[in-house]
Amino acid sequence: MSQTYTLKVNGATHTVTADDPKMPLLYALRNDLALRGPRFGCGLGQCGACTVHLEGVAVRSCSVPISDAAGKSITTLEGLGSPEHLHPIQQAFVDEQAAQCGYCINGMIMQAKALLDHNQHPSEQDIRDALALNLCRCGTHARIIRAVQRAAAALA
Amino acid sequence: MTHDILTHERLTRRAFLKGAGSLVVTFTFLPQRSSAADAAAPGKSVATNAVDGFIEIHPDNTVTIYSGKVDLGTGVRTAITQIASEELDMPLTAVSVIQGDTLTTPDQGVTFGSLSIQVGGMQIRQACATARAVLVQRAAERFKVPASVIKTHEGQCWNGSERVPYATLIETEGLILKVDPKALLKAPADYVIVGRSVARLDIPGKVTGRFEYMQDFRLPGMLHARVIRPAGVHAELLSVDDSAARKLPGFVATVREGNFLAVVSRTEWGAIQASQAIRPVWSDWQGLPEQDKLWAYVRNTAVSKSEDLQKVGDPAAVLQQSPKALRATYDFAIHTHGSIGPSCAVAEWKDGKLTCWSASQQTHLLRKQLAQMMKVPDADVRCIYIDGSGCYGRNGHEDAAADAVLIAKVVNQPVRVQWMRADEHGWDPKGPPTLLDFAGAVDETGHIAAWSSQAYIPQRPAQVSVTLLTADLANMPHEDAHPGNVHQALAIGYQVPNLKTTVHSLSHTPFRASWIRAPGRMQNTFGNESFMDELAHAAGGDPVAFRLSHLNDARGRECLERVARLAQWQPRTTPASTEGDVVRGRGVSYIKYELVRTYVAVVADVEVHRKTGKIRVTHFYVAHDCGQIINPDGLKNQLEGNIIQTISRTLLEEIKFDRSHITSLDWKSYPILTFPEVPTIAMDLIDRPNEKPWGAGEPTASVVPSAIGNAVYDALGVRLRSVPFTPQKVMQAMRTTI
Ligand code: FES
Ligand code: FES
Repeated sequence: MSQTYTLKVNGATHTVTADDPKMPLLYALRNDLALRGPRFGCGLGQCGACTVHLEGVAVRSCSVPISDAAGKSITTLEGLGSPEHLHPIQQAFVDEQAAQCGYCINGMIMQAKALLDHNQHPSEQDIRDALALNLCRCGTHARIIRAVQRAAAALA
Repeated sequence: MTHDILTHERLTRRAFLKGAGSLVVTFTFLPQRSSAADAAAPGKSVATNAVDGFIEIHPDNTVTIYSGKVDLGTGVRTAITQIASEELDMPLTAVSVIQGDTLTTPDQGVTFGSLSIQVGGMQIRQACATARAVLVQRAAERFKVPASVIKTHEGQCWNGSERVPYATLIETEGLILKVDPKALLKAPADYVIVGRSVARLDIPGKVTGRFEYMQDFRLPGMLHARVIRPAGVHAELLSVDDSAARKLPGFVATVREGNFLAVVSRTEWGAIQASQAIRPVWSDWQGLPEQDKLWAYVRNTAVSKSEDLQKVGDPAAVLQQSPKALRATYDFAIHTHGSIGPSCAVAEWKDGKLTCWSASQQTHLLRKQLAQMMKVPDADVRCIYIDGSGCYGRNGHEDAAADAVLIAKVVNQPVRVQWMRADEHGWDPKGPPTLLDFAGAVDETGHIAAWSSQAYIPQRPAQVSVTLLTADLANMPHEDAHPGNVHQALAIGYQVPNLKTTVHSLSHTPFRASWIRAPGRMQNTFGNESFMDELAHAAGGDPVAFRLSHLNDARGRECLERVARLAQWQPRTTPASTEGDVVRGRGVSYIKYELVRTYVAVVADVEVHRKTGKIRVTHFYVAHDCGQIINPDGLKNQLEGNIIQTISRTLLEEIKFDRSHITSLDWKSYPILTFPEVPTIAMDLIDRPNEKPWGAGEPTASVVPSAIGNAVYDALGVRLRSVPFTPQKVMQAMRTTI
């Protein structure tokens, strides 16, 4: 039953074995590749904590079967930057101190990246709309909005 | 607001510059020691009155602080680092913190009630002051000079010409000392680190996927488990058919203990699949009240004890003689913590001894509970904290820990339990339903003549702990649920000649209760500050002026006056005009938290759509006095978070249930506030460096619902007395008022 899949994650190619082609990509990233960026929040596509980019598009990895992701280029939060070399969006989140527990922040940054890839000068409303389906329970929203504005300015 | 980032080198140059208030200072910190990986320090003290309980100075002149209070995503780790670094005169970069490990950290009590700094941080400050005094003494002896000559700086003592690092001074004698409660604290005027916006230590790791959350923790040979909860809250497990689950690759075991049911697999996805494939048969249990008769149910629940918290004069007599006495009933729905990451824990048994990793806010208490459940001595249990998703109170972390402990025992291998979304929404302990009755009267001078309040809240067992769900289901030893000190903040700080505030403790509440952010204080303050508004309007007074005229506490008055200034409050005595579909209003609310600490005053601006009943909170203003501020930016972060989360609770949140179980099992059925609805927030932080630091965070949450309700009244002339303020309730209130 178990099958092998090729995952191209953050520029590196990995081979992952899964028992079920419907296993969500999230579990391969977290358990097989030991990545911590994508997070399990709901498994239902409702919160955004698990967001990664698949071929440059923000998707919810809890709802993408591994068989659909195989062979495609995947970027996770780790792929944007590291604490030593922060991506400008990550830098903006640090500058604005835009996290409390931080559990949602993967989703916020990956969704913001998808926005800024297409809209270099988003209005505040654009940012709010782009993040409307990403949930944060700690109430860090105001800072996240400021961080995305700061990132937009830095990237423009 | 823009932040200027300071590196460590620049800080040392600029640290003494005045007026650098809004700067966020960033450092490259020591890699935080992972308590999980740390070998146990044999024989390390965990006494709360021992310096070596809290502080360990290493040969490389770095220091580890052992904190029983943990960082629940609130920045406590950073604040504790600042406090210790300041009081020890150690560079920030030389200080790391280990939190919530029962083997190495003192039991500083549960991390709740916004007490981490006020209590936990102050114990650590005193231990550091004791240590510094002793180090100075030792240096004085070494240099043969009076202690008064010795200065401390950057982890060294110096006599004006020679320096000796702290590490050298403890080489022979160590730091085995009792905390001296009288050890002289540094003068706040000399602070260089406390009071500054030091950047949070954890954020770089959190924005890059490098930070280790509980959910990331793995052990070699670890198995994955999922729990399957009863179909009804108290349903019995009659039988289980796990034949389909057993056929799944990786399947290891079904664990059944009374009504506790779980599946174990070698892979996480295998465990999830098995939990879906298993076929349990539960008894039909329908013991919950009907949701739409919840308040009648609460009112009819047997009262086990009634207690007057305040009693002055004779309010009953005054009320009877007042033709225009006001009476009002308030209610506040059942809420879940709603952590974005569901609870998770790992447990391992080795030679009869248990180690359990969890995001518990109360590892010491959890240790006792787990020991009791498993019938082993406390000493055989070690609980280690690893940061989880924010939890805002006692959520499911401890229950997931107990799940992992039981399953690991049965399968005799390390086990990781990750709750699914429905487990968290359905089975974390809840903020209980709260019902409040008020009566009041104003006299002809526009003052309150009488005030009477009665709260109907769950009773509190003597022990401050919440039943472990696992123990409850598996019928193992456990104690009763504890809702938190939900009587708090019913008593009021206003000057009223005839006053009675009464708590009726109910013998029963429908769901396992626990404390969730500002437990009871939020509900009681919702009633108090809304009713205060009702009385202000009855007296024809402006809500701010009316509050001030009943308040003789100077710091409280200043807080209210400052929020009025911040919001450019204009006196208002009648509801704003009601022209057009969208009407606007503003409301005020105030508290001195638990009558003994933090002052908060807020103003909320709202828009209400009269055709749909939808409320939008557009602006929030807060004036906040918690005494000494440790980290201004960290404080702002907390206040923003508490305001936004409580707007969500006020406008949207309510646990739904049928006669068997909770039906709000995901984010669709329990929506929370999203980006488009988040208001702008303005703050006035009142810093009092020479005062004690009081708790910050939940005091602000407690005033949010009433400020919104009062603003809606200002906009519409309609009083909302039931949280959440759903559009249906707004429409209903409009129909009955007009
Ligand atoms: S975990 Fe994927 S959307 Fe919530
Ligand atoms: S920062 Fe905790 S959920 Fe967003």
